[in-house]
Amino acid sequence: MAAVEVRGLRKSYGDIEAVRGVDFDVQAGETFGFLGPNGAGKSTTIKILCTLAKANGGSAKVAGYDVTTQRDDVRRHIGLVFQDTTLDSYLSAEMNLKFHAELYGMPREVVGPRLEQVMRMVGLWERRASKVQTFSGGMKRRLEIARGLMHSPRVLFLDEPTVGLDPQTRASIWEYIHELRKQEEITIFLTTHYMDEAEQCDRIAIMDEGALVALDTPAALKASVGTDRVTIQTEDNEAALAKLGEEAVLTSEGIVISVEHGESYVPQLFGSLGVPITSVSISRPSLDDVFLSFTGRTIRDSEQTPTMPAFMAAMGRR
Amino acid sequence: MTSTTREVAAVVVPQKGLGGDLRAIKIVVQRDLIRTFQDRLRFVSVLVQPLLFLFVLGAGLGTLTKGATGSLDLQTFMFPGILATSTLFTAIFSAVSIVWDREFGFLREMLVAPVRRSSIILGKALAGATLATIQGVVVLALAPLVDVPLTVGLAATLMAEVFLLSFMLTAFGLAIVARIKQVQTVMGLLQVLLLPLSFLSGALFPLSNLPSWLSIAVKLNPLTYGVQPVRTAVFDHLDVTPEVRARLNPPLTWDGWIVPTWLQLVLVAVIGIVLLGIAVRQFQKVE
Repeated sequence: MAAVEVRGLRKSYGDIEAVRGVDFDVQAGETFGFLGPNGAGKSTTIKILCTLAKANGGSAKVAGYDVTTQRDDVRRHIGLVFQDTTLDSYLSAEMNLKFHAELYGMPREVVGPRLEQVMRMVGLWERRASKVQTFSGGMKRRLEIARGLMHSPRVLFLDEPTVGLDPQTRASIWEYIHELRKQEEITIFLTTHYMDEAEQCDRIAIMDEGALVALDTPAALKASVGTDRVTIQTEDNEAALAKLGEEAVLTSEGIVISVEHGESYVPQLFGSLGVPITSVSISRPSLDDVFLSFTGRTIRDSEQTPTMPAFMAAMGRR
Repeated sequence: MTSTTREVAAVVVPQKGLGGDLRAIKIVVQRDLIRTFQDRLRFVSVLVQPLLFLFVLGAGLGTLTKGATGSLDLQTFMFPGILATSTLFTAIFSAVSIVWDREFGFLREMLVAPVRRSSIILGKALAGATLATIQGVVVLALAPLVDVPLTVGLAATLMAEVFLLSFMLTAFGLAIVARIKQVQTVMGLLQVLLLPLSFLSGALFPLSNLPSWLSIAVKLNPLTYGVQPVRTAVFDHLDVTPEVRARLNPPLTWDGWIVPTWLQLVLVAVIGIVLLGIAVRQFQKVE
């Protein structure tokens, strides 16, 4: 059974169509990355999936429940970690989690053990009695992830889980996400602006102007936009260039050759070139290239320039 | 990383039902209580105003009104009114906390949970009523200082009435703040509302011989129907002549008809429930 099933989903705010008929499935156990420029309809889609907004058309099922007709069932089976903190900073970490457990009606006997488990998973067990206001940004995010997991959700929605965090903390959050996948039977649905993070997802969907423009594994997406670049340093670049012919160009980094499959090309090259190679590197088209080719913008540009101000205003309205 | 690999606590699917909503209401109340008692200074500072009214204003003005209050001290007369209105600030500010929750994001945690929105609002209203009643207990403890003979029966009656009144007031506060997104806006609004509400409740003066416009304004104020039963209960236990009582604790009338105390209390409860319903509807519109 698919963890998330979206069919012909539509949503408009007044005249503006935020989501224009989107279809996709997220398999159980998958880590699914959801990308797109601001105002692409990404947040609207997530809001609908989390039952925080109502669709105008189409249907969506999360964990097997319909988001419009079985709202509470959906809510019981999903965990949410928002971009902005939703913790009570005057309460202890533990109390925040207990509050959550009560609100979600968790059986009393599992609250204690589960609380310890999720707190240990994010490395905050020792700090459980501290008030949240004493926590750093990274610790708060980890605590939110722990809280999102308290009621053993089937699907965990992470909206920009690492935004605003320093690289080290970002890396540690990802460690916890990987750990989580090992320990829990859980599907992770996340949005991110960081391409290196999108890379860690099993599959990626790119949304633009209310429609899904790409959906595949990171590798397949990259393969679809271009070829690998093999860069070599040799003892005699002239001779090597002559041998390689037109496909090779000399750059400041060395000789760059564009080929279909870098990995199988390199061993061949060692045999056939005849000139000693001193270093070799293969680079693939990055997800940045993928994003650019599908949306016409780099993800950083899209972050800074929302293309539809009116639409953004509509989104801001809760 | 400090985490150890352990068994997955079996994926539990929490059951739904009324029990779930009761637990939600309980934890919402519990949270507000915990937070208030962490902030003891605020709790104590809210008590300053009733004390000022009772001991400074009451004692000071008492020298002017000797004779007008008969054998009774002005402070004794003012006590029930002060007791009832001391709940006003706590109850209303308890409602305002929901705007803080919205501003700091925590409200979202509550709104995405699989519980009815009405449970959350009801929890907030009960929390406000509980906090205000606890405060009432503190004010009540001062009764002997102003010659109000406290019995267990009287204390219980007063607390129940104060609870009902503050429930209505918190519901009133919630209905007002439900759609407001900034605490600043609320603060201004409440300053405009709170003093007139408390002045027009008859808490500080008897309802007898009022100018007719004032008498009408007082009777339109829902707070009046919470204050009057409290004063009546206190006067039932005071040793005063019928004349003094008629002047200081006259019955509340609608066009000459004496409104019985039970009806006043029912009115307070009904208004509270209606306001709560409005608050819930308002919340459903916003989110």
